[in-house]
Amino acid sequence: MMNYIKTIYYIFEKDILLELKNKDIISSMLLFSLLIVTIFSFIINPAADYKSEIASGVLWIAIVFSGLLGLNRSIVIETMDETLTALMLAPVDKSAILFGKVLSNTFFMIAMEFMIIPAFTVFYNINIFASSCLSPIIFISCTYGFCLLGTFFSFMASKTKIGEIILPLLLLPILIPLLLAGIQSLSSCITGENLENIYKWIRVIFIFDLIFTVVINAIFEYIVEE
Amino acid sequence: MKIYRILDIFVLISIAIALYMVFIYAPIENIMGIVQKIFYFHVSSAWISFMGFSVTFICSILYLYTNKPLFDYVAYSSVEISLTFCTIVLITGPIWAKPIWFVWWTWDPRLTTTLILWFIYVGYIMLRKFIEDEEKKARFSAALGIIGFIDVPIVFFSIRWWRTIHPNVIQKGGGGIAPEMMNTLLLSILAFTLLYISFIIKRVRIELIEKDLKILKKSFM
Amino acid sequence: MNNPFIDLVGVHKHYGEIDALKDITFSIEKGTFLSVFGPNGAGKSTLLKIIATQITPSKGKIYYNGKDGKHLENIFRKNLGIISHKTYLYSSLTVLDNLRFYAKLYNMKNYKKRIEYLLKKLGLYEKEFDYVKNLSRGMSQRAAIARALLHDPSIIILDEPFTGLDQSVSNLLSKILSEELKKNKIIIMATHNIDLGYKASNKLAIMRKGNLVYLDKRENISIDSFKEKYIKLVKYKDAYEKI
Repeated sequence: MMNYIKTIYYIFEKDILLELKNKDIISSMLLFSLLIVTIFSFIINPAADYKSEIASGVLWIAIVFSGLLGLNRSIVIETMDETLTALMLAPVDKSAILFGKVLSNTFFMIAMEFMIIPAFTVFYNINIFASSCLSPIIFISCTYGFCLLGTFFSFMASKTKIGEIILPLLLLPILIPLLLAGIQSLSSCITGENLENIYKWIRVIFIFDLIFTVVINAIFEYIVEE
Repeated sequence: MKIYRILDIFVLISIAIALYMVFIYAPIENIMGIVQKIFYFHVSSAWISFMGFSVTFICSILYLYTNKPLFDYVAYSSVEISLTFCTIVLITGPIWAKPIWFVWWTWDPRLTTTLILWFIYVGYIMLRKFIEDEEKKARFSAALGIIGFIDVPIVFFSIRWWRTIHPNVIQKGGGGIAPEMMNTLLLSILAFTLLYISFIIKRVRIELIEKDLKILKKSFM
Repeated sequence: MNNPFIDLVGVHKHYGEIDALKDITFSIEKGTFLSVFGPNGAGKSTLLKIIATQITPSKGKIYYNGKDGKHLENIFRKNLGIISHKTYLYSSLTVLDNLRFYAKLYNMKNYKKRIEYLLKKLGLYEKEFDYVKNLSRGMSQRAAIARALLHDPSIIILDEPFTGLDQSVSNLLSKILSEELKKNKIIIMATHNIDLGYKASNKLAIMRKGNLVYLDKRENISIDSFKEKYIKLVKYKDAYEKI
């Protein structure tokens, strides 16, 4: 058990080190999300009354699409010199390698969210803590679910010829309950409507995360055998 | 050989009966008129596609567990067939909805879930298309078959719960259903089920024959 | 003395309708340096990958020290080192970063001394803080060898290791391999280079179209006879089939 956790940590540490040297994952995610936020300002009027109703959706779209970039980048690094093969040959549980990357991807996305949310607040004049302090929980749990399935699919996508295309195609439909819950609960945090539902949405997110953590842990070893 | 023929005859008979029941036996619905008869095709297709995807789910698990290629063939064939029926659901839905509710698409929980299901399994087909290694193809498809299927109830319940909070969308159905209509529906589902079984047997056999053919070709080279 | 450490019994591997390996049965004892020769597509890489537990056989079994390979994976991999033409190193990290990472991953205690020793031995001592992407080809190969030998594996598997290597690294690798062999390890190498392979090994094998068509101790055959044998076994049959 200790070895399992240590393995997760070493993979996480290595990914952080790589990012410190490359500085390309978080920065490209941040830039992309800023662009999306900007483009959306042409679609919805940031001064309009209805903006608080859609703000949550806009923010989540920005996060999801830049998250896809980050996932891609993270797995491409492993395919360049076949380091992924080397990892799979190490005397460790393969799912520990997966969860190590899930952890580092989650960390990168949360780091990006840390920066995009203030920018969003400035651009749209929206306060995500307006009606509830539960927003951080929503962001963290949704991001974990996104990275859990996203990292899993990115492992698969890296073995196909069109990895960058197949990743969003596979990932997004499956993530819909998570996105729905994330958008709705954040929206309640912003507008103050339907506050009592926030807990239920958060429960949906937690259940989603739990079910797929178990399922992916169970099937990952079978998937990466050759 | 003979078993397949017998099955096919049953399929033809049951479809003929079903068509008769749909168009002649079942009464014309009061409010919606003759367009309502699409409902039999729509609901039957939905049931069959869902059943087909559960077959894929089970075969995916069995494949990962036993590594027997047959399970992969059945899983994949089932996706192909179920996806076709799923498309029928998505097409008959708007055809039914427009004359009656005056909108093409209703975004109600069942239709929306079917749409998402459609995306998931189109992804399955695409994934298979872009992997060459047979074993990887089978394993990855199995993973998707399992994850996709587990996701579907979560999708359905979250959207349905969301719609109860924001009930500004046209809800279908509710209200009673005449006994003749119920019989017709049940028979339609039976006919489609037999059709599915017939299709999947044919599809898997085609797959097996193709594999044999490839092996034969190789040994001549 | 002759206790087989790796046993392959009836190993088959097929990818769809392609038979990469057909009915491979042989044993490898400790202290063996086996070179596997054969044309492209003969199945050398597949064989090595199966021994390395990277791939599982479609049929047949592998035994490591008498125990079924299926259940042994992680225990076996602790003792396995792999060298191929890919470096398995992160190009944006330094040599030292890479080695430290793999040392931790392989659960090595006191890896600092081992890393220092390997850096010296492979002539990397000046380059440890260099990023792998900035190293010359020869240097990155040395780093790859260091990575493979980091945890002092008792089984070393090499897939065409000499391809594209410059002379100095080539010599260094040969020297290191013969030293490792003296420690009674198992070394298995797939190569095109008959001269290098013959000199380095004490057992020779030839593969063709998934079959093991020749396996014998090196002492039983001279290099010239072996080359003849190779041409006969590999090229002759090809010519025959074209008729």
